[in-house]
Amino acid sequence: MQLLLPYHFYPEVVAFCALAAGGYALGLRRMVQAGERPGVGAAIAWFTGVVLTYGVMHTYLDYLSQYMFWVHRGQHLVLHHLAPFLMVLGAPHRVLPYAFPPAARARLGAVLRHPVLRWPYRTVQHPLIAPVLFVGLIFFWLDAEIHFDAMLSIDLYRVMNASMVIDGLLFWWLIVDPRGRHAGGLGFGVRILLLWAIMIPQIMLGAHIGLADGVLYDVYAVCGRAWPISPLTDQQIGGLITWIPAAMMSVIGALVVFRLWLRESMQPEPAVANGAKA
Amino acid sequence: MKYPARIAAAALLVIGAVLLNGCAEEEPWNLRDVSGLMPELEFELTRAEDEQTVTEAAFDDKIKVMYFGFTSCPDECPMTLARLSQALGQMDEEDADQVRVLFVSVDPERDQPERLAKYVDSFGERFVGLRGGIPDLRELTKRYRSTFGHGKPDDSGFYDVSHSNATYIFDRDGEIQLLGREDDDIDGIAADLERLVESDGW
Repeated sequence: MQLLLPYHFYPEVVAFCALAAGGYALGLRRMVQAGERPGVGAAIAWFTGVVLTYGVMHTYLDYLSQYMFWVHRGQHLVLHHLAPFLMVLGAPHRVLPYAFPPAARARLGAVLRHPVLRWPYRTVQHPLIAPVLFVGLIFFWLDAEIHFDAMLSIDLYRVMNASMVIDGLLFWWLIVDPRGRHAGGLGFGVRILLLWAIMIPQIMLGAHIGLADGVLYDVYAVCGRAWPISPLTDQQIGGLITWIPAAMMSVIGALVVFRLWLRESMQPEPAVANGAKA
Repeated sequence: MKYPARIAAAALLVIGAVLLNGCAEEEPWNLRDVSGLMPELEFELTRAEDEQTVTEAAFDDKIKVMYFGFTSCPDECPMTLARLSQALGQMDEEDADQVRVLFVSVDPERDQPERLAKYVDSFGERFVGLRGGIPDLRELTKRYRSTFGHGKPDDSGFYDVSHSNATYIFDRDGEIQLLGREDDDIDGIAADLERLVESDGW
């Protein structure tokens, strides 16, 4: 039981997970009441993502992540890759609006479409900027000096983990958004390019860490490790996690994109073609 | 056209302030400057030499160097303490006396008061041995974002203890200032400690 208790209490993690789970559950219920059929697989993906996020942040795993480099890399793999990927597969754009009453939904839509929010969103989601942000964040927090401070200051540590979740949700939503280019989404070919673009630097970084001869991150020696383990072994496993499963996520992402692509190409051409014929 | 002009003026002011600030930056320390990254010193532990309960208040007017270790430690702990001892030896007698090294044992079972007191005494009179229950130690190490773990005992009953290899250096007010690491050179440690003694309070 002790293992399920948080090592450090983070109100922001509790709030995020509670809102994500509660909002989605409410949305599902109202959706069914409205006669719509939500996807079972999508719901499972969403809740799995939420539970994973909570699990790596608010259990004994968070303790291990603070005091073992390779567990920390695993934590970030979940926070930045796996959990947000699963959450966006949960079709939040269909379910979450139902969590609000119709009037509030319309108002919320207007707020979200307001230029003040829309412009920054379009900027960070630009196909040239989004992959730079995704990879840049990984490199930024793995810079030896910055990593050192983040592991010493609990506030920086929280900012680091939150940035991973937020960027993960933004990036993976860009990739698995079911709307094709005609409906305002990103072209499927571009998405494949983005996945490739984030994979290469992650492989290089993971290899750099995993194959390094010396200890790159001495902060774990400074803080003490969760159990006695050779610093190089710790670093090598951490490098492998940054390298292989992180790169594999691009492959899995590509499979989802191909499926969306195939589905779109099998549907009749939308409005534009019809209009041309008429 | 009024607004862009104002925005440009504001931007220039900000840039100017940043540049000025950059110039005014103080000379770097030899050890890692970690001021502001961690909370101020706070503990309640047992002093090994007299088995009295002490808090950080007992060292209020001193520069405090805190280190977590254990007396059966084969290399790291004696090395670190010896280097601190050497650094203190290089300093002015008066300045060195403004410093206390707090050696906190994270192996209270083996480090009984007598053994701990004898151990720290071998490094000099400015070394203080502190011990406490595991929960207190967990709380203190967590406060400084550090941890410790006990390995499995071997056939002769010896077990390894993983612990922080850093020394946490606090000013007289108990504010964290510097973090000492294994590869810091002794002259650098002495110079930084002198600087803390002189810059602070008197």
